[in-house]
Amino acid sequence: MRRALAPAAFGAALAAVLIALPHGLSFSQQEILVFLTINILVVASYRLLTLTGEWSLAHVVIMGVGAYASALYSKEFGVFVPVAMLLGACTSALVAMALSYPLFRMKGFYFLIGSFAAGEIIRLLWKRFRDPFGGPKGLKKIEPMPDFDIGIWRFDFFEPTSYYYFALAVVGFCLWTMWRVEKSPVGLTFHAVHWQDRLAEAAGVNVRAYRTLAFVIASGFAGLAGALLAHYIGTINPNSFDIEQMVFVLTWAIVGGTATFYGPILGCVVLTGLNEILLRELGLEQGRPLAYGLVLIGFVLFLPKGLEGLAEKALKALDARIGSGMAGGRQP
Amino acid sequence: MYELLAQTGLNALYAAAYLSLVAVGLVLIFGVMGVINFAHGELFMLGAYAVVALYTEFQMPYVLVAAIALIFVGCVGLLMEFTMFRPLRDNPLGGLVASIGFLVVLQALVSMGFGVRMEHVPPVTQEVIVFSEKVRLPVQRLAVILAAIAFLGALWLFLKRTRFGWALRASAQDREAAALQGISIRKTSMLAMFIGGALAGIAGALTAPLISVNPNMGHSVIVAAFIVIIVGGVGSLEGAVVAAVAYAFVHTAVTTYWDGVIADIVGLMLMLAVLIMKPTGLFGTADRA
Repeated sequence: MRRALAPAAFGAALAAVLIALPHGLSFSQQEILVFLTINILVVASYRLLTLTGEWSLAHVVIMGVGAYASALYSKEFGVFVPVAMLLGACTSALVAMALSYPLFRMKGFYFLIGSFAAGEIIRLLWKRFRDPFGGPKGLKKIEPMPDFDIGIWRFDFFEPTSYYYFALAVVGFCLWTMWRVEKSPVGLTFHAVHWQDRLAEAAGVNVRAYRTLAFVIASGFAGLAGALLAHYIGTINPNSFDIEQMVFVLTWAIVGGTATFYGPILGCVVLTGLNEILLRELGLEQGRPLAYGLVLIGFVLFLPKGLEGLAEKALKALDARIGSGMAGGRQP
Repeated sequence: MYELLAQTGLNALYAAAYLSLVAVGLVLIFGVMGVINFAHGELFMLGAYAVVALYTEFQMPYVLVAAIALIFVGCVGLLMEFTMFRPLRDNPLGGLVASIGFLVVLQALVSMGFGVRMEHVPPVTQEVIVFSEKVRLPVQRLAVILAAIAFLGALWLFLKRTRFGWALRASAQDREAAALQGISIRKTSMLAMFIGGALAGIAGALTAPLISVNPNMGHSVIVAAFIVIIVGGVGSLEGAVVAAVAYAFVHTAVTTYWDGVIADIVGLMLMLAVLIMKPTGLFGTADRA
């Protein structure tokens, strides 16, 4: 009974905190909260991709595909913005599907370089073709989300709080879906493909099909994150999705650790928090790439299991202490 | 028509020269340590900034500055070996990720020191060799070509004729077997990193007066170098040089007829095609990854 209640209570408390969160913050902090919410979707979808063992360097570009596609659908064809976002996500998934044919002929570091090259090609296409991608200056004045009223709250999407709630709902739903995917037989097969690909193949698993599936699903979510971003900031260009952004995503994933579902999210939240508290307060916002680079190297060198490794150790230590305490208590 | 061809050829030769200096270093590092150095373009950038700092600001003689750049960037390579690649020896993917981190660190440090604006390096020499009205070769470009030939020739001799070079090639072929023969992997790794860094540094220093110097300049260089080493086969030094020349000709020709961005796209497509059809590259033999 208690076991079933605890997660529900935890979920309710988390929801309450997340809903109350923006009200104690300043305008710029609320904006950061919106970006953080979107980034959580990016990094969580990146983890889904890494489940099958391949690390792509094109993830941020794929996210950009969703952003460009959604912005163009709403701008050129007048598609209703939420529908355009979904179509943007589908476009990302389709592009990923097309890329998977050449990319999944490679493994390991060839895949890494191949995905980097594929991402660069897409970025250069945006840069080169002014029509429709807007060239190096990118797209401006992207349609914002239309306002609407649900009775208890009037959604005015220029207000970061409103957009935060909207993004929170979308991202929450996506995370839940990804969680379900990972716990399903398909998700277990992803793990099998990563750790025992020869064995999985011998057992009749089509390894390449599963790698492609993980890549396509992850890219769809990344595309949705891109669309969320594009309609919020209203302007995107090829440099919004360059290698520096990819380094941020990599750093979140590695700092958090990719063995658990919550690891990369933890990494993203902690680093964004530290970034805002330390760098912005000290006026060192310029130093962000430097800090991220150093943190990335530091974690690869000294904490390859990431924060989740630390968290697990701490939990185990706590367990052991409580366990021994109880055992001690029983003894007369 | 012939004049256009000749001019394109000269431009391509110049591009091939600095590109092969960068790519050969990358291949050497990969061969000996089994890690792809993503920050190699930034080592090139450091070489160029050495010229900005010492030649433009302090007016030191150019040849001296080039020599300093060579040693300085070689030492940065050593630093990478000490701090990242040695501890991550058994984890090549980790080494690659760490080098991506190092790339960002170098870019950030240079942006802080010099600002993100483009630096103008005054030309070392204004002289131009005029073959005909439309075929010209600036002496600075000739210097890059000659220097590349000299450095690559020296490297070739070093690898084929000296004991150190022999050890280096042995550990590139089979690290464990080399270690069993008494070759110090630690020393050969340091040597490879120093040479790789130094070659990238001298390439950056020599081209600095000819290109726009800015903190992000390494990006296009590393993209081109990746194309070259993949097409040439990741383990092959000769392959890298041949691929650099071939790629430079294709890139220059496409740039002349269309534009630079299209040329980049063509190059990346070529690389993807090679990765799909023959992942060991056109000149590679053994698959090391």
